Amino acid sequence: MLDVLTVLLTLGGLVFFAGATMGILRFPDFYTRLHAAGKLDTLGALLTMAGLAVYNLDPFSMATLLTSLKIGLAVGFIFIASPTATHAIVDAGVRAGLRPWVKQEDEQQ
Amino acid sequence: MKPIDLEELSTNRREILQATQPPPKNPYVQKGLSLGISFLLLFGAWVLLSGKFDAFHLSLGAASSLFVAWISRDLLFPSGDVATLARSMAGVAAYTPWLLLQIVKSNIHVLRIAFARNPERLIHPHIISMHTKLKGEIPLVTFANSITLTPGTITIQVSAGNEVRIHALDYTTGDMDALREMESRVARAFGESD
Repeated sequence: MLDVLTVLLTLGGLVFFAGATMGILRFPDFYTRLHAAGKLDTLGALLTMAGLAVYNLDPFSMATLLTSLKIGLAVGFIFIASPTATHAIVDAGVRAGLRPWVKQEDEQQ
Repeated sequence: MKPIDLEELSTNRREILQATQPPPKNPYVQKGLSLGISFLLLFGAWVLLSGKFDAFHLSLGAASSLFVAWISRDLLFPSGDVATLARSMAGVAAYTPWLLLQIVKSNIHVLRIAFARNPERLIHPHIISMHTKLKGEIPLVTFANSITLTPGTITIQVSAGNEVRIHALDYTTGDMDALREMESRVARAFGESD
C-alpha cells in the first residue's frame, strides 16, 4: 500500500522535473525559462522527496521516522530557498539590463 | 533603470516597522522570552538532526543551542513578543495549505505549456506593477516569495514605496485578482488586515 503511494509520488515528481527540463529547453528567453526552472523543479522536488519519505517509513521505527522528518525539513528549506534564488537571478538579469522577450503582437499594442 | 538608494530604503523600513510595533513592555522579560523561543527551536532541530537521546548528546545539544541562541539573540526574534509570534505562526499554518493548492494548480498550468506543441504561441510574457498595502518586512517577503513560488509569476523587485514588479508568463497566471487575493490572505495570516 505504501509502495503504491511512493511510486505515485515519485512518478508525479518526475513528470514535473521532465516538464521543467522541457520548459528550460523550449521557452524563448531567460525570464520565461526561469519560470520553468525555478518552480516546476520545486514541486518536483516536493513530490519526489515526499515519495522518499513515505518509502523510508517502512518498517516504521524511531530511526526511520527521524529520517523522514529530516527529508521534510529539507523540503521546507527548498521552499524558502528556491523562490529566493529565482528572484535573485531575475533581479540580476534586470540589473544587467536584459530586456524580457515580448511577443510581436503584444509589442505593437 | 533608476538605482535603488539602499540607505533610504532601510531607514524607510525601520520607520514603518517602528510605527507598527508597540513599544516593548519589560526589556528583560522580552529578552528572556526571545532567548527561550530561539533555544527551543534550535534544540528541537538538534534533537531531530542528531536522533540520539542519551544524556551526553542531549546535554551537548542543550549547551550549544543555548550558546547559539545567546549569540544570535538580536537576530532571530528581537521583539520577543510571544502573542504576535504565536498569531503569525497560526496564520502561516492556515496560509500554507492554500498556497500549496495554488502552487499545484499553476504548476499544472505551466507544465501544460511546457509540453505543448508550440509553447511560444501560448505564452504572453509581460511585466505587472502593483502597489501592495502590506507593511511589515516578513509579510512582504512572504508575499514576494509566494508570488515567485506560484509558477507563471516571478517577483522582480519590491521597492521602498511597496511597489511590487512581477514578471508574468501569460495572462492567466498574471491575473490581478489572484494576486490581490494572495495579498489579502498574507495580510490576514500576519494580522495586518483591517
